[in-house]
Amino acid sequence: MSKQNKNKTGFFANLENSPSTDEFIKGLWRDNPVFVQVLGMCPVLAVSNTAINALAMGLATAFVLLMSNILVSSLRNFIPKQVRIASYILIIATFVTMTDYAIQAISVELHKALGAFISLIVVNCLILSRAEAFASKNTIGKSMLDALGMGLGFTFALFCLGAVRELMGNGSIFNIPIFPDNYQEWVVMILPAGGFFTLALWLLLFNAAKVNRTEVR
Amino acid sequence: MKEEPLWYIFINASLINNFVLAYFLGICPFLGVSGKMETATKMGGAVTFVMLVASMCAYGIHALLVAIDAPFLQLISYIVVIASTVQLVEMFVKKLSPALFRALGIFLPLITTNCAILGLALFQTNKGYGLLESFVYALGAGAGFTLALILIAGLREQLEFAEVPKIVKGTVLTLLIAGILSLSFMGFAGLGSQ
Repeated sequence: MSKQNKNKTGFFANLENSPSTDEFIKGLWRDNPVFVQVLGMCPVLAVSNTAINALAMGLATAFVLLMSNILVSSLRNFIPKQVRIASYILIIATFVTMTDYAIQAISVELHKALGAFISLIVVNCLILSRAEAFASKNTIGKSMLDALGMGLGFTFALFCLGAVRELMGNGSIFNIPIFPDNYQEWVVMILPAGGFFTLALWLLLFNAAKVNRTEVR
Repeated sequence: MKEEPLWYIFINASLINNFVLAYFLGICPFLGVSGKMETATKMGGAVTFVMLVASMCAYGIHALLVAIDAPFLQLISYIVVIASTVQLVEMFVKKLSPALFRALGIFLPLITTNCAILGLALFQTNKGYGLLESFVYALGAGAGFTLALILIAGLREQLEFAEVPKIVKGTVLTLLIAGILSLSFMGFAGLGSQ
């Protein structure tokens, strides 16, 4: 929690004099929602067992994030302060319902694989936190860039996890076999425990990079 | 739908398909408030209560939505009910125990965005559980959530005194413990299948 707060203050401090491209870039790397802010963990762990699931989930979340950020930002002067969280959740729930039906129409198989986790995008803390911390205070253009950056950063993180888990657990990426036939699969990586371990390892990598950077300075 | 005995629903929700360790629902409070045993226990209690109320409401709402033929309103109405229940619990806790209210902090209102609760409501609808079955399912899910929270809080309290490398401290360590716990919970997989 403290890490998250520190990020936020740092981010608000240099908001005034940063170019608008920065809104986009920060979500991808410096404030990556998964690896740095540790937000929206549930879908990250649950549907990242294959690369394709992870990618689909990431894109669906990015879409909802983009649409809700645009709407929240354009309505920011009309929503009374007391009921803002409830209104944000209603806006998000509307877009999630639309996404749910759209995915069902595109591919029933994918819909089955992701299961209830599409509906659970509603309670992804990432989306609500962007609506509250950014879109409700900034113009539509800025909010759109912010949502795009954060959404792509989230998708990127999900893909990192999904690719590693599928590669280790199934010996393939996007169902294309990578390792030779006699590769012994690490079944544990596909199982729930593998999700925890893979995410822990990625965070370790990011922590190590951060520690290195501060030591060099 | 095939008949399942009630005890099996309870064991299934709490141990075999533990919401935190097998379905990854409610990870945020799981990582956030699992530092201390006492807060973990009470958080578990609060979540279990919200789960029971939300599950009962979800059952009613589902019946209503089927009657008026509007399944697309399901998600929206569920989340509204959960949000209001959480508001209720929040006022209750604030009045009853201000100390606990401070200890839980931001994570109390965040129960609204706890996926375990919305997930529970959606799963029970998908499985077509009746009123009694839904109640037992919610009870089992709440018990499982509390159990996982307490287990990890106990482990983390002990690890406070352990010397670990700087880069592993914090979230990484908690995730590693959670992974090991998840592995051990897989041992329950054969339970109840005869």
